[in-house]
Amino acid sequence: MSSTPNSLETLANQEYKWGFVTDIESDAIPRGLNEDVVRLISAKKEEPEWLLEWRLKAFRHWQTMKEPTWANVHYAAIDYQDIIYYAAPKSKKDGPKSLDEVDPELLRTYEKLGIPLKEQELLAGVAVDAVFDSVSVATTFKEKLKSMGIIFGAFSEAVREHPALVRKYLGSVVPSSDNFFAALNSAVFSDGSFCYVPKGVRCPMELSTYFRINAKDTGQFERTLIIADEGAYVSYLEGCTAPMRDTNQLHAAVVELVALDNAQIKYSTVQNWYPGDKEGKGGIYNFVTKRGACRGVNSKISWTQVETGSAITWKYPSCLLMGENSVGEFYSVAVTNNYQQADTGTKMIHIGKNTTSTIVSKGISAGHGQNTYRGAVKILKGAAGARNYSQCDSMLMGDKCGAHTFPYLEVKNTSAQVEHEASTSKIGEDQIFYLRQRGISTEDAVSMIVHGFCKEVFRELPMEFAVEAQKLLGISLEGSVG
Amino acid sequence: MALLEIKDLHARVGERGILNGIDLTVNAGEVHAIMGPNGSGKSTLAQVLAGRELYQVTAGEVLYNGKDLLEMAPEERAQEGIFLAFQYPVEIPGVSNMYFLKAAVNAVRKQRGLAELDAMDFLNLVQEKMKLMEMDQTLLNRPVNTGFSGGEKKRNEIFQMAVLEPRLAILDETDSGLDIDALRTVAGGVNALRGPERAMIVVTHYQRLLNYIVPDYVHVLSQGRIVKSGGKELALQLEESGYAGLGIEDVEEAVGRI
Ligand SMILES: Nc1ncnc2c1ncn2[C@@H]1O[C@H](COP(=O)(O)OP(=O)(O)O)[C@@H](O)[C@H]1O
Ligand SMILES: [Mg+2]
Repeated sequence: MSSTPNSLETLANQEYKWGFVTDIESDAIPRGLNEDVVRLISAKKEEPEWLLEWRLKAFRHWQTMKEPTWANVHYAAIDYQDIIYYAAPKSKKDGPKSLDEVDPELLRTYEKLGIPLKEQELLAGVAVDAVFDSVSVATTFKEKLKSMGIIFGAFSEAVREHPALVRKYLGSVVPSSDNFFAALNSAVFSDGSFCYVPKGVRCPMELSTYFRINAKDTGQFERTLIIADEGAYVSYLEGCTAPMRDTNQLHAAVVELVALDNAQIKYSTVQNWYPGDKEGKGGIYNFVTKRGACRGVNSKISWTQVETGSAITWKYPSCLLMGENSVGEFYSVAVTNNYQQADTGTKMIHIGKNTTSTIVSKGISAGHGQNTYRGAVKILKGAAGARNYSQCDSMLMGDKCGAHTFPYLEVKNTSAQVEHEASTSKIGEDQIFYLRQRGISTEDAVSMIVHGFCKEVFRELPMEFAVEAQKLLGISLEGSVG
Repeated sequence: MALLEIKDLHARVGERGILNGIDLTVNAGEVHAIMGPNGSGKSTLAQVLAGRELYQVTAGEVLYNGKDLLEMAPEERAQEGIFLAFQYPVEIPGVSNMYFLKAAVNAVRKQRGLAELDAMDFLNLVQEKMKLMEMDQTLLNRPVNTGFSGGEKKRNEIFQMAVLEPRLAILDETDSGLDIDALRTVAGGVNALRGPERAMIVVTHYQRLLNYIVPDYVHVLSQGRIVKSGGKELALQLEESGYAGLGIEDVEEAVGRI
């Protein structure tokens, strides 16, 4: 045998060795879920005892629960014992070596979105060792936030560094027993983000600039907790317009927001998980629980979402309007194309006096897509002077898709004012032709018409995000008209 | 070389033939009027020239600047300078007229290798044309054609044409729905655009518009064919004798008589 270190055998052995080590790592937690797995996850993350107990309680409750079936979505049964609930962070070695190895379809989309090359590499998971501008930019941001007393970082880091804060608020908005998917998340959540803005502080930047990049490996059971203390303000951007692929089919995230007196939280999402192929194969199941509590007087929570991805979306960002004069808002654009299914909406629970809520939902269906708006407005006895305005508009492209609207209303205080408007329209071949006759491409025409339809939602998005989201919509709906 | 050369053009919708062999040559600098009773195929011809895929071209050929027009996508035709003022302008809710027009201008400029107009330059351009068309400023900020009156829609079409400065403008029944004052303004806008490098095809059912936009040639369309061509006096002749005078059945007039 040759003794040169470059010989084939050596290389092969090395690879084998690497592979072997990796296997042991990810096999450390076998498929399936039981108490031992929950303990192991907690141990791997070196969590304090109270958090383990919290997870175990959630797990025990989850075992007694049934997967919900009321949503207007259809999918093959999920085998919860066939899922790996903890995998060591992926080695960069597994990723493509350069953009040349990345699916050209994906690259084409990145290009259309105008994503810089370096960022494309990162998003596609290319193994690159160079230090990115964005990383150093991130560090600068972190310093700035820290100097203002703002805590912002990974959830696991917050558990280590600010355990009292985490313990006080974790599960206080979405109890671990809230629903099947929230309970599952509470038992096995991997990581996520934590943000605390102290009294009177206005967070000077959209919390996104580096989150967008760092978010990519947070895994399938993400946990986010954001607290705005009295008089604080924060705008948080989640997600990414670039298509995100993931080998994990099931995603079950939980997001909790807490706004104290006079505080304001603006939470914007662009969700573009892999929707599956044109025949509906593959694609992410996205079962998310998002809820914000307006605990303080004059507090305000706004949810804005642009949902274009996932095979199945099950998601109802909601507001508990507890404080007097508190305000809840929900602005949503949900797109379903090909065989995508979305059942999304919001719940506005009016508890305090003079609370107001606004719901603007825009559903766009193309191909065989099924789009359901499901919203609930509840005005409790004590909510004198409460007001709600809801508007649900659906747009259909083609005749094989569907739009469904289920608004639920429960009013227990007669002084409340509730208003609901709904419309369904079709994107017309005549509209597209009109725009094309003026020199505008079909793709831009669709995006322009859709943008016009979604205007009230897009203007709630931070500027830069809105531009990206508009492009994204055009791409998601490409080829569905004409 | 002629700007537009239509040879034996046949088109249909579904099983039904609508254009049954059109021949027409339009040179730069000329204004051609196409007249004909309702249902004779005027709009179909206009739409086929603009590239509407609803209509299937079954025979014939169209050369624009020597290029095969029928090969080109609608947006390419527009970028190459073909403009259609629609008989029924389409509403686009939520999209401001201004935003739409800027996108159109820049799409055309891009194709011609010109830099995109910035907001300032665009505004200057638009303001000038708005004066010409006596357009209400507020129409610019409203969604495209949405809730516009019939007259406002037509005015908006010619305003767009003035901004886009096409090489070949096709006006489909631009006079319908306009009162006499509006008709004068709109015709003024059209005439301001006449020039040696530009051609126009003015489609109309009535002779009235041609008092204001005086054509070089008049063609009469019947059942998808040009049955008579002549100078501007042909329009006057039609006015007097009606289509029936040419032995053409006007469905609308026929219905009116019953
Ligand atoms: N999309 C269509 N589907 C079916 N028939 C059509 C369509 N468009 C036009 N036609 C028919 O073709 C004929 C010519 O129509 P059109 O070109 O609109 O005439 P004009 O503009 O001269 O009034 C009419 O009989 C009309 O009914
Ligand atoms: Mg017509």
